[in-house]
Amino acid sequence: MKLTIPAFVGRIAFSALAALIGAIFALPLLWFLFAPFNARAELGLALPDPWTLNNFVTVFGNSYAVQALWNSFIQAAGGVILVGAAATLAAYALSRSSIPGKSAVTYILLLFSSVVSGSAAMVPIFLIISAAGLMDTHIAVILTFAGGLLPTAMFILRDFIDSIPKSYEESAMVAGASPVQAFFDVALPVIRPGIVVVVVWAFVNIWGSFLIPFILLRSDSNMPASVAIYSFYSEAGTPIVTLLAAYSLIYSLPVIALYLFVSWKFGFRFFGGIKA
Amino acid sequence: MASVEFKNVTKSFGEFKAVADVSFDIGDGEFVCLLGPSGCGKTTSLRMMAGLETPTSGQIFIGGQEVTHLHPKDRNIAMVFQDYALYPHMNLADNIAYPLKVRGEAVAARHGRAKEVADVLKIGHLMDRLPSQISGGQQQRTSLARALVYPAKVYLFDEPLSNLDAKLRLEARGFLNHLQRDMGMTAVYVTHDQAEAMALATRIAVMDHGHIVQFASPIEIYRRPATTFVANFVGNPPMNLVEAEGAQVDGKLALKAEGLTIAGLAMTDAIGKALATSNKLTLGVRPEHLGIAQTGAANTITAPLFANENMGPESLVTLDRGDSARVTARIFTDDHLDLSQVVTLGFSAEHVHLFDSTGKRIPALGE
Ligand SMILES: Nc1ncnc2c1ncn2[C@@H]1O[C@H](COP(=O)(O)OP(=O)(O)OP(=O)(O)O)[C@@H](O)[C@H]1O
Ligand SMILES: [Mg+2]
Repeated sequence: MKLTIPAFVGRIAFSALAALIGAIFALPLLWFLFAPFNARAELGLALPDPWTLNNFVTVFGNSYAVQALWNSFIQAAGGVILVGAAATLAAYALSRSSIPGKSAVTYILLLFSSVVSGSAAMVPIFLIISAAGLMDTHIAVILTFAGGLLPTAMFILRDFIDSIPKSYEESAMVAGASPVQAFFDVALPVIRPGIVVVVVWAFVNIWGSFLIPFILLRSDSNMPASVAIYSFYSEAGTPIVTLLAAYSLIYSLPVIALYLFVSWKFGFRFFGGIKA
Repeated sequence: MASVEFKNVTKSFGEFKAVADVSFDIGDGEFVCLLGPSGCGKTTSLRMMAGLETPTSGQIFIGGQEVTHLHPKDRNIAMVFQDYALYPHMNLADNIAYPLKVRGEAVAARHGRAKEVADVLKIGHLMDRLPSQISGGQQQRTSLARALVYPAKVYLFDEPLSNLDAKLRLEARGFLNHLQRDMGMTAVYVTHDQAEAMALATRIAVMDHGHIVQFASPIEIYRRPATTFVANFVGNPPMNLVEAEGAQVDGKLALKAEGLTIAGLAMTDAIGKALATSNKLTLGVRPEHLGIAQTGAANTITAPLFANENMGPESLVTLDRGDSARVTARIFTDDHLDLSQVVTLGFSAEHVHLFDSTGKRIPALGE
């Protein structure tokens, strides 16, 4: 097929525009990849010369920064386990039982959840946590995130479980399984891809969150990495770009690793029903 | 093996009665088909036997023991689901052996038994596959194998063949029939395919709107359908029903309808009683009892030809009596029928069924 001249010009213009937009989005990513290995990194984009790991050595020499990564991990893992387990059980019950008004429950919770983890609820959350004597503990952060993320997690999972035929568990029970056995032997393995999606989503949410730990935690030894990044500022308040860049890269690695692991292991693909 | 009994069982969903005051008795070793149109309550009845649904009122007994509120796992029954419900994350061996697993059998023993059953069903070579990696017919046999792998009191089937193509369906039907003869199992089999019910059942329960309309052997249902509903549901094609006005003339029954010529039928007390309420009767004749006849002869129906379908050994000749009241004849002949625009079909008086104005069968002489 031959293109007419105007169409040809139009294509070139379109491609050029697309490339420009792509480049604009790629620049910060390139900085993100280059700066950590540059001993004289600045906010401008530059190829490291020479490539060096010195920035990382400095970061790992900073015990506060390393402790913060560990804290992030504790809080994210704790939150994920709580959200994953509670959302699975709650969503299963909401999907399979015949409680009247069960969908109203889900929608109301969903509505309020955006409030709980949003900044509007910060004062009440602060008061509740401090009244419970949980101020400056990992538990405080974990519970707050669990409360905020659970409704959405439940909603996603309930939808997922609704789409799985009841006959799986029913056939297990007719075959002699108790409801608990049917859940663990048959339902849970089929729901697992949905749980994985929720877990990854919750992990990313907690790992990247700044405000809640910043407010609920006091001591440096409990701060997660998202807050600790602030320690790479000089007394004058200007960022120490070299350390910041290296730390950011380390900070984003667990999330990338999680995505890769999940897509390798589960492929973000659902079993669904069997087609006849 | 055990008997199954329903005593005045009703199941309501809100205001709607899916099963309405149903009572029946299924004997030990019987193969009963629940037959009826979509939505008549077949699956609901079956699920109540399995314990997956609790009756709103009434009682259910299995082997003489009341099970109305017993959990499915404690009933020792086996069920084949319409969608097979094979566990997608387990291979065939684990799928088939699952009932043995929950019964606490060791891995080697249960896989051995699963293989035995699978071999009988000709899926023994597929034991390592996942359900998504086998064909529909093989999935159906896997779900059958899972039901047969342990000795159950009652076997329940919910339209197990409906997802199969015509050829596989016939094959599976034959196999089920053989199995029933072999094992003498008590089975309840839901279907809306009357041919399947006729072929498999020792008795058929015809259901309509949550009620059992007739519960009898296939031959009884074929020969003496209790209502026009049953007559119109069973048979391939189903019975022709012609609405007619009845009157007693010279001690004989005369029927009047467009295109119908009928010699005086023998009067009975039952016919007399029906006529006393209403003269609207329904005449029923099965397609296989109709043949090409001389126009104007006794016991004939004359109407314009609507369709003439050649089915190989037989032809289906359909006449249109107006208002979509059609009459179909199954004519067994090797000759090519040369049918003109208007056709006359004849029948003999002994093949006539009569129904009263409410659709109830009027017993023939000697019934
Ligand atoms: N859980 C439910 N809630 C409300 N109504 C229901 C429920 N289950 C079944 N029904 C209704 O009860 C009636 C009988 O349903 P059932 O599934 O027993 O029909 P069926 O005879 O098996 O039909 P089919 O041949 O289409 O499977 C239907 O009208 C259906 O809409
Ligand atoms: Mg059904």
